[in-house]
Amino acid sequence: MNRAKIRQHVAFSVLGAVTLLIVAPILLVILYIVINGAGAISWEFLTAAPRQGMKAGGIFPAIVGTVLLVIGTMLFSLPLGVLAAVYLVEYASDDLLTRMVKLSVVNLSGIPSIVYGLFGFTVFVLLLHLGTSILAGSLTLAIMSLPVIITASKEALESVPFTYREISFSLGASRWQTVRYCVLPYAIPGILTGTVLSLSRAAGETAPILFTVAAFYLPRLPHSVFDQVMALPYHLYVISTQVPNIPIEISFATALVLVGLVFLMNLVSIILRAHFRKKRLW
Amino acid sequence: MVEEPVIKTVDLNCYFGSLQVLKNLNIEIQPNEIIGIIGPANSGKTTFLRALNRLNYLHRTYTQTGEILLDGCDISRIGDNLLRKKIGIIFALPQVLPISIFDNVAYGPKVHGMTDKKAVSRSVEEALKKAYLWEEVKDRLRESAVRLSGGQQQRLCIARTLAVEPELILYDEPCSGLDPISTAKVEDAMQELKASYTQILVTNNTSQASRVSERCAFFLMGELVEIGPTKTLFTNPKDKRTDDYITGKFG
Amino acid sequence: MPRKISEFVIELCIKLSGYAVIVFVFLVFLFLLRDSLSLFRHYPLRDFLFGKEWLPISDPPKFGVIPLLLGSIYVTIWAILICVPLGVGAAMFISEVAPKPLKHVLKSLVEILASIPSVVLGFLGIIWLGPVLRNVFGLATGMCGLAGSLLLAFMALPTIISISEDALAGVPRTYREAAFGLGATRWQTLWRIILPSASSGILAAVMLGVGRVVGETMVVMMVTGNAPVMPGSILKPLRTLTATIAGEMGETVGGSEHYFALFAVGLVLFAITFSINFIADLFLRKARK
Repeated sequence: MNRAKIRQHVAFSVLGAVTLLIVAPILLVILYIVINGAGAISWEFLTAAPRQGMKAGGIFPAIVGTVLLVIGTMLFSLPLGVLAAVYLVEYASDDLLTRMVKLSVVNLSGIPSIVYGLFGFTVFVLLLHLGTSILAGSLTLAIMSLPVIITASKEALESVPFTYREISFSLGASRWQTVRYCVLPYAIPGILTGTVLSLSRAAGETAPILFTVAAFYLPRLPHSVFDQVMALPYHLYVISTQVPNIPIEISFATALVLVGLVFLMNLVSIILRAHFRKKRLW
Repeated sequence: MVEEPVIKTVDLNCYFGSLQVLKNLNIEIQPNEIIGIIGPANSGKTTFLRALNRLNYLHRTYTQTGEILLDGCDISRIGDNLLRKKIGIIFALPQVLPISIFDNVAYGPKVHGMTDKKAVSRSVEEALKKAYLWEEVKDRLRESAVRLSGGQQQRLCIARTLAVEPELILYDEPCSGLDPISTAKVEDAMQELKASYTQILVTNNTSQASRVSERCAFFLMGELVEIGPTKTLFTNPKDKRTDDYITGKFG
Repeated sequence: MPRKISEFVIELCIKLSGYAVIVFVFLVFLFLLRDSLSLFRHYPLRDFLFGKEWLPISDPPKFGVIPLLLGSIYVTIWAILICVPLGVGAAMFISEVAPKPLKHVLKSLVEILASIPSVVLGFLGIIWLGPVLRNVFGLATGMCGLAGSLLLAFMALPTIISISEDALAGVPRTYREAAFGLGATRWQTLWRIILPSASSGILAAVMLGVGRVVGETMVVMMVTGNAPVMPGSILKPLRTLTATIAGEMGETVGGSEHYFALFAVGLVLFAITFSINFIADLFLRKARK
């Protein structure tokens, strides 16, 4: 074997080792959480309210809170994000305004989550008098999720073959009719997949909900969208850092439930993507 | 009595960005004729067609100067929706929407506001009959259009264009992807349609042009070189360039 | 005609949605600015930007942002030093070396990493990483800058890996074919041709990774020890800009100087991440050409 081949073997082995160094911890982390948390997961844990200051009972209100926040986030970010993507792909001309919109999407995606928390606090909690509430939390998470939904929707719209639009226009349809009948229906798979992915991220976020919605010990479920609510990520944060003497299995179990929820949503997104790829019409 | 031409262009120039694709085009299309447009690639034939129904504007760099008149009316004054209802187009490769055969043909009437289900059904049936496709698909109207053969799909495209009741039909090399039998069926349909519609056929196939059209126009590099009755153009062209193209020296 | 009107309304909504995105960016900036300016009415801007002491509850309070800024910078630099070589290396392996089935598995694993919530990693940092560091380095507490850097590096890996991998895959096939035609091995092609051509994309990946790290809150708040002092060694506790806002917001009174100071910190953070993402986007555009 000549020198060059030897060097290649060494180099590729190093790269492989590096990859292993990264990939192994991922699996170990998951295993670690599962092993240590599975023990405390019981039906009661998942469906009962907390008791004795979190030392007993379950985390049901936190699960409900997270689910409500995800739904709220979707209600606000999905329509706005899809419409903005429709604007960018189907309506915008190649001018300064369009470039500014695209730049703004990039900027929004780069804003740190804690800054969104500050913004949400100032605008939704204080200025709009929504108080720390599900509504304020959802709106904050929605703005944060917007760039991801816009980008995913944009890709989905752009992947619809141009000929569909051409056919529609050549028969005399208006631009909106073309979008509505010949573009959007075929972009829905991509939009859906991107949305579920974005919502799975929102479910795991703590910083934006710190000041806008999260409460720690609320044994009863919320009555209205103006109520505070428990949420899984915030809950995990508090029991890890601020509440002493919580049995460690409960912390692991909470982490496991959160990770499980996020992974479940990711899995749904992946299944959707595979399902639609099979049914692809072009 | 000379009838008003269906289409008349006055000094039409078309540009994509800085590239000029059509130069000073002055042409008249007479009612109920089938006129062939022949010429080598990139001579502006497709651009001419798509200028008539303003489809060129789907490209963001397109500009044009000059006038196009439809029945004496400047088409820039007619809304795009109405213009494209009056002028239908059949593209080179059969392009169908991935929906049922029925829905493909019904799409045109639907977007133009036809809501009565019976009226839509009637339109679809008539259009499919005129396109010589009805017999082959009448029992499977709800099947997906992508399952049809190339030739059937192209006739479906003709049907969906007919369903909006145009007065002018444009064909952009419609048989380039079809086998000879399908081509013959399309050409037959065109002959039948002559009675009620004006048709412009862009084709790379000079024998097709001589079979189907009564008049022919020869385009070269964006210019209209010669136009006249098909027989004369093919047997006794006035311009040497026309002669060279027809005898196969280039293109 | 009702159809025309409803279409007009829908198209108006579409256009407004597009413009709304611009408006949101401005609003975020505006509201940060508004409350930050309230601080600077009484507290000198120079003391904020260059002050070396962050003591919000002392009398008089001191709001110097330098310790926090340096805390963020230290943690970021160490995180980047760790994750860039690892991330680019993994990207090279996944893109150029791994056979197809393995490639899919690896990419899925990286996606899994990307979806682990930061609070979970912070939790693991407290439970496992902290004590490990304490034992390995003989520290008083494992809650230090290094714990943060390690976890942040782990979190930034998916960003670096996926964007670098895109950059590597985007190098035209003709480059590779030309190199092979001249007799180069795959490694030589990768190291001398593909990697340099993908450099703008990889630089963009690094910058986006930096942006991610600088903006991360929960991990640093949970494991870096929360000591808002001028950072010395990375093995000692420190405080980042993000953790300051998150940690102290609950202790402030609305309308107080402390409250406004936190918004000013947020503004600094916004400016930093804005610039980083802007530059990264420039590199990405360059890479796409």
